[in-house]
Amino acid sequence: MIPPTRWLPMPILSVLLLVVWLLLQHSVALGQWLLGGVLAIAIPLVCRPFWERQPTIKRPWRLFLYVLRVLGDIVTANLQVSKLILDPRGRMRPAFVEYPLTLKENFPITILASTITMTPGTVSAHLRLDGRTLLIHALDVSDINELIDEIHQRYERPLMEIFES
Amino acid sequence: MIDIALWIALALFTAAIVLNFYRAVIGPSLPDRILAVDTMYMNSIALIVLFGFWLDTKNYFEAALLIAMLGFISTIAICKYLLRGDIIE
Amino acid sequence: MLESLLEGVIAFMLIAGGAFAFIGSLGLTHLKDFYMRLHGPSKTTTLGVGCTLIGSMIYFSLHDGPVVQEFLITIFVFITAPVSAHMLAKSALHHKLKPDASTRGNPEELESEKPKHTVEESPQGNSPLP
Repeated sequence: MIPPTRWLPMPILSVLLLVVWLLLQHSVALGQWLLGGVLAIAIPLVCRPFWERQPTIKRPWRLFLYVLRVLGDIVTANLQVSKLILDPRGRMRPAFVEYPLTLKENFPITILASTITMTPGTVSAHLRLDGRTLLIHALDVSDINELIDEIHQRYERPLMEIFES
Repeated sequence: MIDIALWIALALFTAAIVLNFYRAVIGPSLPDRILAVDTMYMNSIALIVLFGFWLDTKNYFEAALLIAMLGFISTIAICKYLLRGDIIE
Repeated sequence: MLESLLEGVIAFMLIAGGAFAFIGSLGLTHLKDFYMRLHGPSKTTTLGVGCTLIGSMIYFSLHDGPVVQEFLITIFVFITAPVSAHMLAKSALHHKLKPDASTRGNPEELESEKPKHTVEESPQGNSPLP
């Protein structure tokens, strides 16, 4: 990890901006490198006041595994939702579930909420930061406690290991 | 083979947009209509990409990227307006 | 050989994408309440559009060199779809849309709150206008 300095407050964001610029321009000419480099330094400096403190990624390898797992779950989720929508009898058991959060920082909570929305049968609806709960709407759930337990084991614990350890 | 698949995909996306339009017209509440228009712009991204595919040109990527960005920003802005009655706080 | 295999993959991606997007819109049309309708577009349409974009990316990479812009659009769509679904759910809760009768759980956001001031005891006195 590159430590943040005065001219590079967010190194990861800068690298990301440069890569996205080169991919968008679809060329690796010297001029594009220079222009992308200037933008990658200028944009973080300009929008620095809007950003919160960035979390540190403790275990990048685990993050990669997490992304792979979520991609697999997205496909499963889609097949499941398609089956529910196409089911002619249309028997669903929708429920509002209150999920108690154990994560502390904002960025991991954001990732968790997005993951919950993209994965089987659930959409995160409302985040209450005062009570530290996440309100989830589930499309078809038989046991609410089982769902909470599954989300905790499958998604929240890896995120805690990645960001907070 | 790709030609037939392209026609089927175009037909499916067009049908999806018609269904979205139906929901946007009848939608009983305001969030329903926003959701329908949101889905409509997602489908139109795919339609534009398929159109570029059909014409065998890469010039439609920028259009798709612009639709994706503007659609997302406008959905968020309308939701903010519904939530607070104000967009920029 | 490899060419025809890749063509099969592209055709599969296009049809799967179209089918997923159509199913998502079908869910948007015929499910019962708003919170259930939210599930279709937020998951299924996203994957449908993603599949189509990946298929088109493979096609153009096959013909004239690697193409990556469509991958950027795919990542963008996958990052932004949960955010807009979350915002839509929040605004629906704010408008207190009634969920379907079979929904379990009763979140406090949906309970109807009594108006805090009546006209008689409002700070402005009897006039409803400020």
